[in-house]
Amino acid sequence: MAERVLMKGNEAMAEAAIQAGCRHFFGYPITPQTEVSAYLSKRFPKIGGTYLQAESEVAAINMVLGAASAGVRAMTSSSSPGISLKSEGISYLAGSDLPCVILNVMRGGPGLGGIQPSQADYWQATRAPGHGDFQVLVFAPSTVQEMVDTIFRAFDKADEYRMPAMILADGMLGQMMEPVSFPEGKADTQKEKPWAANGHGFKRKQNVINSLYLNPAVLEQKVRERFERYAQIQKTEQMAEEFMMEDADFAVVAYGASARIAKSAVVAARAEGIKVGLVRPITLWPFPTDALQKAAAQVKGFLCVEMSMGQMIDDVKLAISCSRPVAFFGRTGGIIPTPGEVLGEIKKLAGGAK
Amino acid sequence: MLQNRIIVITGHYGSGKTNLSVNLAVDLKKQGKEVTLVDLDIVNPYFRSADFRDFCQEQGIELLAPMFANSNLDIPALSTPVIGKLRSENTTVILDVGGDSAGAAALGQYAQVIKDQGYDLLYVVNFYRYLTRSPKEAAEILGEIQGAGRLAPTGLVNNSNLSTETTWKHLEDIQPQMEELRSLTGLPIAFTAVKRDLAGKVPEGLEKIYPIDVYVKAPWNEE
Repeated sequence: MAERVLMKGNEAMAEAAIQAGCRHFFGYPITPQTEVSAYLSKRFPKIGGTYLQAESEVAAINMVLGAASAGVRAMTSSSSPGISLKSEGISYLAGSDLPCVILNVMRGGPGLGGIQPSQADYWQATRAPGHGDFQVLVFAPSTVQEMVDTIFRAFDKADEYRMPAMILADGMLGQMMEPVSFPEGKADTQKEKPWAANGHGFKRKQNVINSLYLNPAVLEQKVRERFERYAQIQKTEQMAEEFMMEDADFAVVAYGASARIAKSAVVAARAEGIKVGLVRPITLWPFPTDALQKAAAQVKGFLCVEMSMGQMIDDVKLAISCSRPVAFFGRTGGIIPTPGEVLGEIKKLAGGAK
Repeated sequence: MLQNRIIVITGHYGSGKTNLSVNLAVDLKKQGKEVTLVDLDIVNPYFRSADFRDFCQEQGIELLAPMFANSNLDIPALSTPVIGKLRSENTTVILDVGGDSAGAAALGQYAQVIKDQGYDLLYVVNFYRYLTRSPKEAAEILGEIQGAGRLAPTGLVNNSNLSTETTWKHLEDIQPQMEELRSLTGLPIAFTAVKRDLAGKVPEGLEKIYPIDVYVKAPWNEE
């Protein structure tokens, strides 16, 4: 087995990025993601990477755009308000068909909000990470080990589909420490990028990276092509974990840190004889509709648990075509639901459906 | 184990300073001492002594934390009673310092008072944490902490662990690193902190074991 070390989620994501071949990071400090920048600022100078603390989030994301255009693996990291500032650049990256990895270690909002963990940027990540018709890949790991594994996947999938990938974590996952190991032999699996603007050397036609199309017909065609790719992604890239679902009469749906809480609550409910399981979306876009539909064929009702006012609940209802009741429990503003609170909601759901 | 009534806990980020500070506070209180736990962590707003406000109150431990800790206005403004407590001969003061040299900078302002009163300054090391995997790295960070905090360390605490996966084997395996750190720094090992309920036989050569409880928990392990 690979060597085990104890790392914070933020540090683990940074180290995983290095091992995935990322040598270009552009960021601007904000709590609770700061360890990502701190880690890379210490490590990159020793291994020939470029760590740059930009003058603002807007500058940082545009540096990512530049680096990605040249064909290298580039990453930026922020927490909620900083991601809002980056949204213009994310749209440009998507409009230029550029791969990159964006970390959002979510905190409470709106506005400056707070610095404690939250999941209130679900809508932003899955619906409108910037202006225009586009999506980004959204991954929602729920352990420090999964954060590591997801970084490799995010870089690979971003390259494969030539689009930005976002890792939607939260302050709790970013700050907590768990033992992790890094996959061996996975380092730097990068493929050639023949589209990159990295110097043609008079050997090929120049590559142009651009998101401006003044001819509407050409722009529409570009967007349509992109959406064909999105349709393909929705078919093949859904990821979800099913936990204690085999004989479940009810299902909790939760992702990230909320899923950890929900798991504890499901185990406690099982101990009391309630047949409940958990469906944990690992990709938020594409949303794992297949796993939800499969659960809907089996359970009497769902309970959506989030650290927000209920932003994923619509996707759950859409995935199952409102065929089952979907209850909601959430805390927001930096408050983390307790396993006891979630257990109470599971009991309500199970009791009310007799 | 500890000679002075001022105990300063330093170390790398995530080396287990807060959990150790809380354990020491509880144990010294049990010995009948008046204990003040000072949260000097001006670096990290998560997982810190200030999280234990209610717990400390129940235990009769006085907690001094930055005025706005755990609020959304977490500015590193330290309350003034710290100096008074450091001078008060009836009080055992445990200072939970922030990680690395950045955290130790907050210690510098109290350095003279602490020196005058006499102190133990412990450097907590977990060889399973990144950036302190080798004795050389651990010694470098200690050097930086000493520079920023303007206080010489008096002992090492071996807090090597892999969270819930820790076994005695893990502690046995890092013995050579601990020995090397001892010779690199010339500091004695004050004790080895080990989770109280760690099962199995204590490996040979592992001395001065200090049993600790895990107070710093993930929210999903709470009720």
